[in-house]
Amino acid sequence: MDGVLARTGGWFALMLLAIVAIALAHDAGFAASMTIVALVALLLVCATAGRFDPLAKAQSLFQMPTDPSRYDDDPVRWGVIATVFWGVVGFSVGLIIALQLAFPALNIEPYYNFGRLRPLHTSAVVFAFGGNILIASSFYVVQRTCRARLAFPTLARFVFWGYQMFIVLAAVGYLYGVTQSREYAEPEWYVDIWLTIVWVCYFVVFVGTLARRTEPHIYVANWFYLSFIITIAMLHIVNNLAVPVSIFGSRSYPLFSGVQDALVQWWYGHNAVAFFLTVPFLAMMYYFVPKQAQRPIYSYRLSILHFWSLIFLYIWAGPHHLLYTALPDWAQTLGMVFSIVLWMPSWGGMINGLMTLNGAWDKVRTDPIIRMMVIALAFYGMATFEGPMLSIKAVNSLSHYTDWTIGHVHAGALGWNGMITFAAVYYLTPRLWKRQRLYSLRMVNWHFWLATLGIVFYAASMWVSGITQGLMWREYGADGYLVNTFADTVAALHPLYIMRAFGGLLYLVGGVIMVVNVWRTIAGHLRQEAPMGEAPYDPEADRPLVAVPAE
Amino acid sequence: MFNIAQRHKKLERNITLLAIGAFVVVVIGGIVEIAPLFWIDNTIEKVDGMRPYTPLEQAGRDIYVREGCYTCHSQMIRPFRDEVERYGHYSLAAESMYDHPFQWGSKRTGPDLARVGGRYSDDWHVQHLKDPRSVVPESVMPTYRFLAETDLPTGDIAANLAALKHVGVPYSEKDIEQAESDLKAQADPDADAGDLAKRYPKTQIRDFDGDPQRLTEMDALVAYLQMLGTLVDVNSAAAQEDLAEEKGR
Repeated sequence: MDGVLARTGGWFALMLLAIVAIALAHDAGFAASMTIVALVALLLVCATAGRFDPLAKAQSLFQMPTDPSRYDDDPVRWGVIATVFWGVVGFSVGLIIALQLAFPALNIEPYYNFGRLRPLHTSAVVFAFGGNILIASSFYVVQRTCRARLAFPTLARFVFWGYQMFIVLAAVGYLYGVTQSREYAEPEWYVDIWLTIVWVCYFVVFVGTLARRTEPHIYVANWFYLSFIITIAMLHIVNNLAVPVSIFGSRSYPLFSGVQDALVQWWYGHNAVAFFLTVPFLAMMYYFVPKQAQRPIYSYRLSILHFWSLIFLYIWAGPHHLLYTALPDWAQTLGMVFSIVLWMPSWGGMINGLMTLNGAWDKVRTDPIIRMMVIALAFYGMATFEGPMLSIKAVNSLSHYTDWTIGHVHAGALGWNGMITFAAVYYLTPRLWKRQRLYSLRMVNWHFWLATLGIVFYAASMWVSGITQGLMWREYGADGYLVNTFADTVAALHPLYIMRAFGGLLYLVGGVIMVVNVWRTIAGHLRQEAPMGEAPYDPEADRPLVAVPAE
Repeated sequence: MFNIAQRHKKLERNITLLAIGAFVVVVIGGIVEIAPLFWIDNTIEKVDGMRPYTPLEQAGRDIYVREGCYTCHSQMIRPFRDEVERYGHYSLAAESMYDHPFQWGSKRTGPDLARVGGRYSDDWHVQHLKDPRSVVPESVMPTYRFLAETDLPTGDIAANLAALKHVGVPYSEKDIEQAESDLKAQADPDADAGDLAKRYPKTQIRDFDGDPQRLTEMDALVAYLQMLGTLVDVNSAAAQEDLAEEKGR
């Protein structure tokens, strides 16, 4: 009882603190963030005071098995639900901003203007959708490959909920214009500090579990997860060094300026792609592809070679975002050279994943989850070829500042990250909820084709749009003058922006189908459907042809 | 190769070695690329004319940052014939030396703004921000009518300048003390601006939003846009000579 009382008091103190912060806040954004903190604290006060256990209630709502296995899977189950939820949110915001570019009347000032929604979209898909599956899958994989339970169960739960808090604080802040306006590092100082705390706890849980392993070797997937957690901590802290104006206001000014700030930011920005969207997703590949295909990893040596070369080379590639800018030439050239060299370890990972299917290639036809993994690796290969190509200065002079970059990013994000995440969700859901199988494999098939078609529309329209824009900007007439005004180039892209939005719509519909499928699986339903990939038996056709005499 | 795989087993069994190894490997690239930018002298050219932003310009810049303008507008002109003809002289590193954060951008859904200052009238900017399609029919820019209706908060500008001074912008004590009155004076042609123009050379002092009675966010944003790229006279003979002799960048 004392414990409950002390906890209630603690939450109450936090709520009071947040209310004081609201009262003293210098701007609406900070006040809104602090209101969320106060509300959560209030909720926790009520929860502890009433000895009401909302988690147990929610766990029964989501039909979570109470103690079905020796592994601590509750944070993983929450993570899968959060992944699916934030995925649909992120795709929806993406569709909205795609439509805003085609039909500017859809901007509703000030909160829903493109400039405020765009970071909401990128953060929702990268950090909320991607981040949740990474945390969830890492907790799942590290337990299985170490044959050990999570080291600090309470801390693991804090990591999950603390991370959701980070997402909500960041997202609400964007709508209020609380942003550092540094790509993929938009959250302001207080959200950054909160994320740092959560991240350190994540590191402690992960390393603690590794330390408790009963297997002598650390499995390759865990090297990738470990490198992801360490490097993201480094990037996040250095890139977000800033001086807040006041501890009661959201505004801060970054420590670096101009050219140094640009390079630090893109050292961060490119390695958010590397160490958030590549390295840990490769960790997922190293666990889920062999599991689903029931084949061992193709090459152990290749995994050693490509792990160390990938993490060493990736960190150098940042300056390719700043080619032909005021960044010194030596840094630009260094960035370009390393970006091209990076092609090799990237394809090393792809080859190791694809070749794991040796002897199981028939499953691409019969198992839509394997098919998702294969297309994810194929898109990974395409994106990591396109990336080095766009880093070549001559190519970059055309592609930079255009939609080609947007197309490239989405080939990677929708194709590689999205598809491998969907595959992992479909792999995990029946296992986590102890169901015989997914609700429907045919719906997975629908999801696969809608998503793939969506990516094709997206990438194709953005390639055409980017190259059109780049060529129109630099087009000279016979008279030696520029042919197009900037407005001309904007008008030319209109049909392509509609086509891009259509691609995004297909991808979103696929995501909604996933929600239904996951929901029904959790509920324990099984769809009665013809199994996939089996030649149907028709007894009518299974008979010799008998000559029928003419009448 | 066999040996390497054998030796690697040591790392695979020792989490401390693996973690330290992975950290050392990722630190190298960043140190080699970023650290020299802080001590190689010619990273930032020596040019005449750069000064910190006036309080009103900085307030406008804060609005530019708040609204996420970087998602569609760059502030970095590359040294190509078409860009230089379209937007003006290519951007110098020195021109963003007081930009916390930098706003070079990575996408041009709209045109580059590095040298937009002085290209259009204040009226044009106000009209364009209120309703972009009334002046550029093809535009896909959102409307920003609310800027003209929102009073610019003046109370916290001194604190903002003080924070900027902490991160290295050379504001004097006097600049910070007078920040609020400087802010108001720059947008009010009737007020006594004092030595504002002396402390901040090339400051444009006038009402920017067409409503002299009010100091709005529109005043601040237009003041910021109108000074972009105007501080350094990049086309002067002296600057051209210096740039021609630049080496090792």
